[in-house]
Amino acid sequence: MRNATQSLHDLQRWKLWEPVLWLLALASPWLLSTHALIINEIAIVALFAVSLDLILGYAGIVSLGHAAFFGMGAYAAALFAKLVMPDPLVGLVFAVAVSTALGALCSLTIMRGTDLTRLMVTMGVAMILMELANKLDITGGADGLQGVIMGPLLGRFEFDLYGRTAALYSITVLLVLFVLLRRLVNSPLGGTLKALRDNRLRAMAIGIPVTSRLAVVYTIAAGVAGAAGGLMAQTTSFASVDLFAFDRSADLMLLVVIGGTGWLYGGVAGAIVFKLLQDWISSITPQYWTFWIGLFLVVLMLIGRERVIRPQTWFGGKKK
Amino acid sequence: MSNSEIVLSAQGLVKRFGGITATGNVNLDLRKGARHALIGPNGAGKTTLINLLTGVLEPTEGRIVLEGQDITDLAPHQRVRRGMVRTFQINQLFDTLTPLETLALTVSQQSGLGTRWWQPLGQSKQVVERCEQLLEQFHLTEVMNQKTNVLAYGKRRLLEIAIALACEPRVLLLDEPVAGVPAGEREELLQTVAALPADVSVLLIEHDMDLVFSFANRMTVLVNGTVLTEGDPDTIANDPQVKAVYLGHGEELAHG
Repeated sequence: MRNATQSLHDLQRWKLWEPVLWLLALASPWLLSTHALIINEIAIVALFAVSLDLILGYAGIVSLGHAAFFGMGAYAAALFAKLVMPDPLVGLVFAVAVSTALGALCSLTIMRGTDLTRLMVTMGVAMILMELANKLDITGGADGLQGVIMGPLLGRFEFDLYGRTAALYSITVLLVLFVLLRRLVNSPLGGTLKALRDNRLRAMAIGIPVTSRLAVVYTIAAGVAGAAGGLMAQTTSFASVDLFAFDRSADLMLLVVIGGTGWLYGGVAGAIVFKLLQDWISSITPQYWTFWIGLFLVVLMLIGRERVIRPQTWFGGKKK
Repeated sequence: MSNSEIVLSAQGLVKRFGGITATGNVNLDLRKGARHALIGPNGAGKTTLINLLTGVLEPTEGRIVLEGQDITDLAPHQRVRRGMVRTFQINQLFDTLTPLETLALTVSQQSGLGTRWWQPLGQSKQVVERCEQLLEQFHLTEVMNQKTNVLAYGKRRLLEIAIALACEPRVLLLDEPVAGVPAGEREELLQTVAALPADVSVLLIEHDMDLVFSFANRMTVLVNGTVLTEGDPDTIANDPQVKAVYLGHGEELAHG
């Protein structure tokens, strides 16, 4: 039998398929060079989804306002490029800093109350920010923030029209943050987060300061969402009020659930499946594609992810 | 033993829910190394008292003193840090984690590593060694890698107590540790409860009178939220008032 050290080590060991997957991802802007734009979008949404999964799947905070931090990161990056300097990396760090600060502030609001209270507060914050972006002059109002011109990446690689640089940039940022978060969820801190997701009463009874842990993870997730937003603004040279929209938060929740919660790859898988489904179905039926996404979601939830991805179990009947 | 220092003291504890008094002016002293049982019929307010002591509930009146310090206003997790740990009458476990993960995170938190995010769970040798010890002691080694929600009830009950001990308590509050445990698994649990370290002060709530009398060297009887009487097991077993309360409720006070 395996001993405890070995078992704990196995839980966080890199599986063989993981580096293969990431190498494929990094090569994808060249392998599928005509699809670099959607690859970029998938990488950004995946990062955003991983951020939501960190609070939803690992800490049990249900949020329908995660777009607040995405939008904040996007506007921060866009404004930084426009007003301060066009360097993407410095801009991205700024975007993360700003949304992390916003997350720290908002984390004060999620400490109190029940899950429903939290859900409503997260929605409210996103709505407030959306109207601010709409109203303020500096953000360009309803037209969005235009005229964002990005400098070359690392001073050398220009963002090209086909989106290859953009896609590689986004995937690299996704990979770096993913590795850090993967470390976090497998650490003692990550363990205590899972504990308070599973049973808050018991988490308290083993000495975990529940509210401050929730605040910490919420703040980290906000920073990661801000990075995703920053990438979005930088690679599209644009930021608009719909970045804060409720739809964006709701879609995100949808794709995290499709991919599977409490598993960082779930966010990545959900982003890939959701974006490809969206792309595919909307090319067949441009107006009614959400019908099929809805149907897919209902079937997935009722039958269960395990059975949907294992067709051999579909006709096996019930096990006795 | 009776002269040793008091580690936990409830002083005039009152808890009212609206018009109902669940706990009425309870005074209770737990001495160092005590095996103290809290008994009483259903609805006597035993679990309410535990919830007050551990900070899950806020007392309407009264003070709680742990090792000489007033902890009445401390949050539950702060009391745990000061060495007072409980188990639950109904299992409160981390269902999606394995017993090993559960204990590893508890021991990590206890040894002040709970905020480390950059190193893997189980990096620290001391943490893993303590986990192995606890798994062994509570007969959980064979199931340490199974998800907690698929474990047999008896194993879940053992894990419930193992988690509490992983917090290295100086004061341990056991809320009906053998409740609902099948007869076959009861023995295993009784042995582990009996084998608790001698320097740990234990307050045991239990309905099983065999267990109470084989375990306790001090007993407090709670009826309708107030202390009916307190004394050593022999005195309690022969107390006519106590007999009346238990016989009145159709339960038998068997001397173990």
